[in-house]
Amino acid sequence: MTVEMKRIPGTALSEKDIESGVVLSVQDQLDARYAWDTGVGIGAYLAGLKRGEILGSYCPTDDLTVVPPRVVCEWCYRPMDSYVRLQDTGRVNTFSLCYVTWDVQRIEEPEIPAVIEIDGASPLHGILHKLGEVRPEDVRVGMRVQAVWKPPHEREGAITDILYFKPIAETER
Amino acid sequence: MGMRKVAVVGAGMTKFVRRALETGKELSWQAASQALNSCEMSLDDIQAVCMGTAPDAFDGIHMKAEYLSDGAGAWGKPYMRSYVGGGTGVFSAIQGWYHVASGLFDTCLVVCEEKMSSYFPHAQGAFLTIFDHTTERPLKPNLLWIFALEMNRYMQTYGISKADIARVAVKNKRNAADHPSALLGDPTITVEDVLNSEVLAWPVSRLDVSPVSDGAVAVVLASEEVAKRVTDKPVWIQGVGWALDTSYWANRDLAYPRYVERAARMAYEMAGVTEPRKQVHIVEPYDPFDYKELHHLEGLLLADRGQAPQLAADGVLDRDGNMPSCPSGGLLGVGNPIAAAGLMKIAELFWQLRAEAGARQVPGKPERGLAQAWGDLMQVGTVVIMGTNQGEERLK
Repeated sequence: MTVEMKRIPGTALSEKDIESGVVLSVQDQLDARYAWDTGVGIGAYLAGLKRGEILGSYCPTDDLTVVPPRVVCEWCYRPMDSYVRLQDTGRVNTFSLCYVTWDVQRIEEPEIPAVIEIDGASPLHGILHKLGEVRPEDVRVGMRVQAVWKPPHEREGAITDILYFKPIAETER
Repeated sequence: MGMRKVAVVGAGMTKFVRRALETGKELSWQAASQALNSCEMSLDDIQAVCMGTAPDAFDGIHMKAEYLSDGAGAWGKPYMRSYVGGGTGVFSAIQGWYHVASGLFDTCLVVCEEKMSSYFPHAQGAFLTIFDHTTERPLKPNLLWIFALEMNRYMQTYGISKADIARVAVKNKRNAADHPSALLGDPTITVEDVLNSEVLAWPVSRLDVSPVSDGAVAVVLASEEVAKRVTDKPVWIQGVGWALDTSYWANRDLAYPRYVERAARMAYEMAGVTEPRKQVHIVEPYDPFDYKELHHLEGLLLADRGQAPQLAADGVLDRDGNMPSCPSGGLLGVGNPIAAAGLMKIAELFWQLRAEAGARQVPGKPERGLAQAWGDLMQVGTVVIMGTNQGEERLK
């Protein structure tokens, strides 16, 4: 703001202004529903999850294995149609201990979202998932983890077919 | 490069507040009319209008730019809305710049508005849809995750502590105490206050985060001929840059924003800046979270990787330091009405470079400043370099 300006517009309201009816407001709720088609690359990924496999795709030009799989390499723009079965193990790239819901309500036991670099994918290539079977204070960047799958008959071809990733020993594959 | 020179000749801004009485249209008009008044221009002098505003979901209004158009002064004129997430505020200035630099228009009014209070219980709900609908949203993520994950990776990669990062929140909230539009200025806040604030998503605590806000900012851009006629203190846009990284955010280096570097290199080249650490006198990096300011200073090549926290510790980033960073108070202190917050950084450089920033004035007659914003799914960088002269490279 400049010293040239003497009066600054914009009027702050408080909750009380609304509740008391001094300031009027109108409420509405939108009900938008969607059904998203999975497409080719992610369709293959989901089918793999249903079988208990994590798929990536490989670009021979860039020598990159990415996850989730996709049909085009975003770097060289060539088709990326060979899917590769990756391990269901990996390493924690980063994590958080989340104590709030999206609307900032407290939760007692933190959720532990993490980016997990999947074994078989290129370095720093991971997916977003959650960690389980671990105490929050024991989680470390670089920790080895493995997917914990739903039983085969309960899988539906979704990222949630992996319940979470749990810690494993450094040497375990 | 065949572009005309473009100057910022006027700027206006509303207060940033948690919930404003005024609608988005009204806030837009207030900021725009202040900007016009500041350079003694009227809407008749404006040939085109650019609007920056966040997703329609915030307001529950489809085609929000059209809804806002009367407040923005757009009727009967070429009008265009841009949206690149948090990067919008700085990008809309770039959009206004190419409207004028191209020779299509001699004047352009750039208006950025955000009214985040309409969405309840919390505006973060509107952000949930940025996650991939098939591979991420079934995990029920919330927006804080993505920042917490990036902050932790940054800390782990370079051995940075939460206290190192909290200094940024302290600096900005203290700076904002001198900003008459600020929502969260606090002249006495300490690092301990930040560290003791409640943990939301470790390592992110409440005072590491900028507040949800309502507000608007506008600037007037003009060609050289018009600029020299309307003001004796034009502030020139010397360089612009923007770049996008992969939207598969879990497939890239979260410790370093290479998209910011690309955007910065484009802007430095255009501005003829070869030694940014010497030639940029004020920087307004994007600071929706305190770690982001440090992250971005590194991407802007203004600090070595992992070394920006040391600059904060040494006082280099203070208003009277060698490289003042967020002298406005930034998003952490002034507030974060998304698109408006980015354009606030452009307006701050305008006021600073004209020596009109009052209590916030950076000493030493700064001649060049850089504003940067960041957004989309954590992977767009937008950069504008402004100066009291026209810059070097562009004259050739």
